[in-house]
Amino acid sequence: MQPFTKHTGLVAPIDRVNVDTDQMVPKQFLKLCTREGFGRTLFYDWRYLPGEKPNPDFVLNFPRYKGASILLARANFGCGSSREHAPWAILDYGFRAILAPSYADIFYNNCFKNGILPVTLTIEQIDELFKRTLATEGYRLTVDLEQQTIVDEHGLRYSFTIDPFRRDCLLKGLDDIGLTLVHEDDIAAFEKKNLRVPVMHENLDVKYHHN
Amino acid sequence: MSPRTLYEKIWDAHVVREETGKPSLIYIDRHLIHEGTSPQAFAGLKAAGRKVRRPELTFAVMDHSVSTKNRALPLADPDATAQFEALAQNCRENGINLFDMQSRNQGIVHVIGPELGITLPGCTIVCGDSHTSTHGALGALAFGIGTSEVEHVLATQCLSQFKSKTMKIDVQGKRPRGVTAKDIILAIIGKIGIGGGNGHVAEYTGEAVRSLSMEGRMTMCNMSIEGGARAGMVAPDETTFAYVEGRPFAPQGRDFQEAVERWKSLATDDGAQYNMTVTLQAANIAPMITWGTNPGMVAPVTSRVPDPSSFSDPVDRKAAEGALKYMDLKPGTALEDISLDRVFIGSCTNSRLEDLRAAAKVVAGKHVAKTLKQALVVPGSRTVKAAAEKEGLDKIFRDAGFEWRDAGCSMCIAMNDDVLLPGERSASTSNRNFEGRQGKGSRTHLVSPVMAAAAAIEGHFVDVRKWSAAEGAE
Ligand code: SF4
Repeated sequence: MQPFTKHTGLVAPIDRVNVDTDQMVPKQFLKLCTREGFGRTLFYDWRYLPGEKPNPDFVLNFPRYKGASILLARANFGCGSSREHAPWAILDYGFRAILAPSYADIFYNNCFKNGILPVTLTIEQIDELFKRTLATEGYRLTVDLEQQTIVDEHGLRYSFTIDPFRRDCLLKGLDDIGLTLVHEDDIAAFEKKNLRVPVMHENLDVKYHHN
Repeated sequence: MSPRTLYEKIWDAHVVREETGKPSLIYIDRHLIHEGTSPQAFAGLKAAGRKVRRPELTFAVMDHSVSTKNRALPLADPDATAQFEALAQNCRENGINLFDMQSRNQGIVHVIGPELGITLPGCTIVCGDSHTSTHGALGALAFGIGTSEVEHVLATQCLSQFKSKTMKIDVQGKRPRGVTAKDIILAIIGKIGIGGGNGHVAEYTGEAVRSLSMEGRMTMCNMSIEGGARAGMVAPDETTFAYVEGRPFAPQGRDFQEAVERWKSLATDDGAQYNMTVTLQAANIAPMITWGTNPGMVAPVTSRVPDPSSFSDPVDRKAAEGALKYMDLKPGTALEDISLDRVFIGSCTNSRLEDLRAAAKVVAGKHVAKTLKQALVVPGSRTVKAAAEKEGLDKIFRDAGFEWRDAGCSMCIAMNDDVLLPGERSASTSNRNFEGRQGKGSRTHLVSPVMAAAAAIEGHFVDVRKWSAAEGAE
């Protein structure tokens, strides 16, 4: 996983509450077997007119937000399905950080697995950032995970909190599975005591089952 | 030991390792996978040279993109075909239980888990699917995970998790006639909002919940995620034990008796504390219909489409305006006057035998409205389908003008060819009414099976409480 330490970039606003993962990556793209290339599908139904022509009314298509890498969002961002295709698309599109007052749980988790920093700010702070983003073309922010701050070029400075463990993993780009496998002995000991393997008592139509 | 909740008891029993300031390592008893969210996990595993730790604890099924029309025909969709082949190959290579699309036990992952006894009380269950919350109805801790976590579970049979907060949702009193489990959960989501349960695991309590069948409890737990809660649970009781007994993967004989004794101790202790409590009176709940583009935009059948200007919060007002525009609804329209293009009875929320029985009772001897383009019944599993056919439900539906289909997710997510066309409006027993969920430009109203059935007959919504056939429906 790509580490996240400090990032400066253009801010793009999605001024909508409860943006769900069905919008981020519509279902027709859930049939792909890779993690790559989902950037094209991000907000597909909002972003494109028939024939995949960019919809000029959708905010990410405004020329001023071209190349944005920080996504400013509203409450309960990423609700709905568990599809990790959503953060894959966000990252592949070019976003490294999200700023919102709240997130849906699974989406929030999924961000950390993909090197995306989801920053939680207060509603007032988010409102202020929306104001500034809309007022100033080319509005940029610096998100610093080490310092836990957000700074703009006009004197704004917010600090944010984040779970220290998650922060550490993101700063170092740690591999979760590797971290767990270090504790192989604990897992084996737990299994020795507790493991109950399901036994099939009826002849079901199942493949590759070993009783 | 201080009094603990159901959630805390299951959590404590599954901690492999704890360290302050870090997430705990939790053991996973059952891992369910489907074609949609697993290929990348297996690819990641392979790339890292890792193996599946406990293939016997993983169960795979094909459900999201399967055809509900004819399984004998080759699939027209090359992407879906590739995904099915990937799942079959990954299961073959790793020795994982697979219910493929030809299996007579195939069905929606959240329907077959409980049905086959794979889901048991006290278990930890995960799946790369947010509606894994369904399995909590049996008194399990079950929640959806992303694909990276699927890979983590495959490799380690554990998950690294922070403990959630707890939330008690107490539905007091008796459920009025014509009001189903679906109406209760929609009423709850309407009350707490779709982010209301964020960060929490919900436990449903109270007389109205206790008196529900397992199917009804599954409907409620299924939609926990629509209220933002990652998991929903109901403490196991006699209803649960009776449901589990004799299921193919459930323990049998003495093992079952011993298991029941263990399961009985799972119920929340008197005096245990929840981080949040929400209380509803069942008597105040009416049949519910969503009018907007998320499940929290919901109202009783007797009411009207709300006026966005009646919302005091500007953000909510804007959301309601957008929703009504998308749904092509005018403020003040009576919900009963909304006419429909298609009706879908199915999905992991409401496609179990009891749901089909309730809907069949409503449509028996009647015929779907001429104005309707399609009325679809999609059983949640092939087991449900077979049982329903044995009772003649398929005939009742067919005679009434419904299409009777094979098991799968179908029009809930429209990943196969069951879709709404742009601008079409459906009454759907599924769980999500997001923009485009049932097809680009689709307009979805979430309702119970009896409401969907009655709406199919009339061509618009009706107050099912006036229909005697809706009596006794859960
Ligand atoms: S029926 Fe719908 S909600 Fe349930 S698993 Fe399938 S797609 Fe998901």
